[in-house]
Amino acid sequence: MILWDLFLTFLKIGFVSFGGGYAVIPLIQHDVSVNRWLSPVEFQETISLAGMAPGPIATNSATLIGFKTAGYMGAILSTLGMILPSLLVVVLLTSIFIRLQHNKWLKSSFYGMRPIITGLIVYAAIHLGLLGTSEALSWKTTGTLAICAGSLYIMLRYKFHPFTVILLSGAAGIIIF
Amino acid sequence: MNQIRKKNEWLLPLFWVFFRIGPSTFGGGYAMIPAIERELVANKKWIDEKELADMLSIAGAAPGGVGVNAAAFVGYRKAGVAGAIAAVAGMTMPTFLIVICLSLIYLFFQDNPKVEAALKGIHGAIVALILLAAYRMAKSSILDIATTAVSILTFLLLFMAKIHPLAIIISGLFVGILLVKVKELFGLKVKTERTGTSTPKHELVYPEYYI
Repeated sequence: MILWDLFLTFLKIGFVSFGGGYAVIPLIQHDVSVNRWLSPVEFQETISLAGMAPGPIATNSATLIGFKTAGYMGAILSTLGMILPSLLVVVLLTSIFIRLQHNKWLKSSFYGMRPIITGLIVYAAIHLGLLGTSEALSWKTTGTLAICAGSLYIMLRYKFHPFTVILLSGAAGIIIF
Repeated sequence: MNQIRKKNEWLLPLFWVFFRIGPSTFGGGYAMIPAIERELVANKKWIDEKELADMLSIAGAAPGGVGVNAAAFVGYRKAGVAGAIAAVAGMTMPTFLIVICLSLIYLFFQDNPKVEAALKGIHGAIVALILLAAYRMAKSSILDIATTAVSILTFLLLFMAKIHPLAIIISGLFVGILLVKVKELFGLKVKTERTGTSTPKHELVYPEYYI
């Protein structure tokens, strides 16, 4: 049953989405391709749409993937799957009230987890940026990379707001492609 | 009975406050902490500075978006499990509706070449945002040779070996503990967090700003 599969998949991903959002993109992508819910190009579009909207990109992606595969119920169940673990873990941690700040085990664990999250995010970016370029650099990939480089530059150098950058890149896309 | 009624009185305000904070930021992560601080600590005085510190450490350690976790924390403190659900629902609902609307708009205009071109352009910006997140994350995570190696190894394993990312994340929970133990065995000093003074203060407090 597809609704149940969606819910369980995002519940599983929700439990390990440490570091917030971007790091679980490879995970979502893996499960989406195994289950054949979306084609690689559709997945790419989904991440773009999810990134455009406010809110965490992982939850937004879950909503969109659920919606595309199984309509409104799919969207609701996927989103629930993604946020239920947050709710459970936070309530548990708050109710037993562990002072986490100075816990050595937690610090050690995050010491190893953070670089892994970094690796996952870099992989997500490169995979999304260079999708479908088994041949030589196509016009589309070159354009994407140019826009990506430009966006990075204005965000780092001039501190442009992400939303402004998204609008500008949309305009650039209409001119280039 | 009285207490139950008192708790229930919290549900709507909790829902509403996070309903307004939710869509006001991008990325949903640490970017919304200043908004929560302003609204809940300064304006409404629902939580104090000490609780804010607890909120940040719990929200950062639990899985999921920091914004959603912060909402769950405040909701639970104010009105128990029902409060946590109300706050998280408030936080999630606006973005959920926005995402569905975007999706419907896109379905409608899908075949319009201009819309398609704009989305391709936006794709470049999203990749840039993800790279930026990686850069910020790297700044707070790559502290020494061991963490550099772990980071590169993760990337290579994903790229070459096609290992399930879930396996990598779960093993990640123990990698750090192992590394720290090994380092201590050799008598090396381990710094598990960035504590330098070269970075601006707000980046020290919210290391994963864009996540």
